[in-house]
Amino acid sequence: MFYRENGQYKTSYAADQQMLPILQDRVFLAGVVVFAFVAVPFLVSDYLFLSLLIPFLILALAAIGLNLLVGYCGQISIGHAAFMAVGAYAAYNLALRIPQLNFLVVLVLAGLIAAAVGMLFGIPSLRIKGLYLAVATLAAQFFMDWLFARVKWFTNYASSGSVSTAPVEMFGWKIDTPTEKYVFLLAVLIVFTLVAKNLVRSHIGRAWMAMRDMDVAAEVIGIRPVYAKLSAFAVSSFYVGVAGALWGFMHLGSWEPLAFNLTLSLNLLFMIIIGGMGSLLGSYFGAAFIVVLPILLNQIPAMLGIPLSTAMVSHLEIMIFGALIVFFLIVEPHGLARLWAIGKEKLRLWPFPH
Amino acid sequence: MRQAAKTRLLATAAGAVLMAAAVTASAPAFAQAKEQFFPVLSYRTGAYAPNGVPFANGYVDYLKLVNARDGGINGIKITFEECETGYATDRGVECYERLKGKGPTGATLFQPLSTGITFAVTDKAPTDRIPIVTAGYGRADSVDGTIFGWNFPLGGTYWDAADILVQHVGKKEGGVDNLKGKKIALVYHDSPYGKEPIPLLQERAKMHGYELLLLPVTHPGVEQKATWLQIRQQRPDYVFLWGWGVMNSTSIKEAVATGYPREKMYGVWWAGAEPDVTPAGDGAKGYNALVFLAPAGQGQVHKDMLKHVYEKGQGTGKKEEVGEVLYNRGMVSAMMGVEAVKRAQIKYGKKPLKGEEVRWGLENLAIDAGAIKKLGFEGFMAPVSTSCADHQGARSASLQTWDGKKWSSSSGMYEADAQIIKPLIRASAEKYAAEKKITRRDCAKEQ
Repeated sequence: MFYRENGQYKTSYAADQQMLPILQDRVFLAGVVVFAFVAVPFLVSDYLFLSLLIPFLILALAAIGLNLLVGYCGQISIGHAAFMAVGAYAAYNLALRIPQLNFLVVLVLAGLIAAAVGMLFGIPSLRIKGLYLAVATLAAQFFMDWLFARVKWFTNYASSGSVSTAPVEMFGWKIDTPTEKYVFLLAVLIVFTLVAKNLVRSHIGRAWMAMRDMDVAAEVIGIRPVYAKLSAFAVSSFYVGVAGALWGFMHLGSWEPLAFNLTLSLNLLFMIIIGGMGSLLGSYFGAAFIVVLPILLNQIPAMLGIPLSTAMVSHLEIMIFGALIVFFLIVEPHGLARLWAIGKEKLRLWPFPH
Repeated sequence: MRQAAKTRLLATAAGAVLMAAAVTASAPAFAQAKEQFFPVLSYRTGAYAPNGVPFANGYVDYLKLVNARDGGINGIKITFEECETGYATDRGVECYERLKGKGPTGATLFQPLSTGITFAVTDKAPTDRIPIVTAGYGRADSVDGTIFGWNFPLGGTYWDAADILVQHVGKKEGGVDNLKGKKIALVYHDSPYGKEPIPLLQERAKMHGYELLLLPVTHPGVEQKATWLQIRQQRPDYVFLWGWGVMNSTSIKEAVATGYPREKMYGVWWAGAEPDVTPAGDGAKGYNALVFLAPAGQGQVHKDMLKHVYEKGQGTGKKEEVGEVLYNRGMVSAMMGVEAVKRAQIKYGKKPLKGEEVRWGLENLAIDAGAIKKLGFEGFMAPVSTSCADHQGARSASLQTWDGKKWSSSSGMYEADAQIIKPLIRASAEKYAAEKKITRRDCAKEQ
């Protein structure tokens, strides 16, 4: 009833090509953004910021990065935590060795370094496809784990192999309270989402999708696989590298190579599978699912006042979490983003479904 | 249409506000009560559970004992809440954030029992003003209280442990100088925990001329074939084991399989509990490990524990496990926390104390032989006395040997050599301060 585009005529090309063609969507999204910027900082406790919202924002960024590669370009990678590690260690070393650099510059440079490394590890994608490529990207994971644990220069010769970052400061703004971090990360995430959305709508994104849907046909119509695949690896690694730098500087503060291990890679992959491949919104849903749900499940018994032992609670958490993953994948194999799209379709017909 | 859109926006906004309000309201509100809140970061699941469970049981049981036997700390009841970290750093940090604000005055102090989590929360402690007590683990350089204002590696660090082990094997060789040309292998958990002792062992290697082999084992440590193959090839004279959880028992089993003599294996104090040796059966006989703070056995405090807690059915674990190495270590860790609160109460009054006030207690801790006896811990720990600059308070340990059934003491007390460790601490702490842009505290002004 409320969610219809009747009467919204497009009178220019710009209007026809805009990101959200339906007015209601635009209003809703603007509302969400305003709410996230203005209301959330006043409503939410530090605990929610530090344990849920900040990890959620950073991992959503990483999930978008991975989604560009896996969901849009069809190149499976199970080594993306390695590129996060590259971003994090690059940012750490840049900030440490050139202290006068602005944090934003550090972020971009860290992203570029990760992009270069990502392209390097993307080269095998030119010859191998699908699951075989996934196994090849695993090499990136193990190589980076080894590199950062063994080559002392990267960790500034820290005796324990654990590095810790200086507080983030830029333009005289010291980002140290949870609220400030949240606002900064939210702004970064919005900018990167906008860029990603426009990338996938442009000729680059179309080339990726053509490559994903059928590489031979894409080649026949004139898309160069080298260019399409490597650009996907580069952009994806750039996003993930920036996310890694933010993960290190904004969330962890100090970390060891183990922080970017295979588990994180797999978690990123689960995020986009559960959230929805080839959907930016799905990256958000997936990140929320993987980050928030386990912590929520862990606290439900205490909230309801059910006295269970700590061990029991965490066993239950793992069991229910696993069951929910299976449940959602059975209900909608295309992910939560698809469920959302179905909901929107239904809403457009409501209250007169045919 | 415009109108409809606006209504929809309003409705959404209202809904979102309500939801957020519900989320914030669900955090339980605490009335100002005469309670001291102890957060308990434990791990009862995962690869490290065999070691995490007895420690957590000892820790929690001691808090229960103080309530049951003494009615709290000078009348202030102890409350506590456990949070499962699974030995994972991210979950540990989440637990820290979850528990730091609970209780009428917030968390008293944190004891994460994980070097990884210690590294992560070290950055947060100064802002939250909550002490991090890491009895026998954590960062070795955090002994320096002027830079690590909120860390308390009470009783000993890994540099002390490594130092004492070198002293011990040196003594066996008839003097540390006879270590020249010998080979010592460090089999370590490939994490901050396992890497901590390396700088000291390297420093000592430079001094005495032994060769140090570094053999990392990846988490969780069930796969060590490659490591022990190297040991078979290189035949080191001594093996130092820096493992945790299932890694320790695997190492001992591999030593049996490789035929490496267990008598020449020396574990750090976290590789010297019952769960580490019992899986290897008779093969573990002769294996040595450091003891610090708490050996196995029962003393006066255990009698109290059984009487006041276990006989009333309040015990956390099994009655037979009271007195195991890690159980005792959990108890001693909790005891030092409680003593710090008691000490701070002298200065700040008998009321629930903030983390900051407890820090003063930790910096002025004086648990001497008389106090240890009074607390019923005689024979279970060495005296600890701290100051603003020295956050450690004691640096001695002895060795124990597994005879197939129980741990028994096999050496006298060793004291770590401050001459060697102090400059290392200073250099490392200064590097940390430079990285984090921290200015040194002036202890003279604060007292």
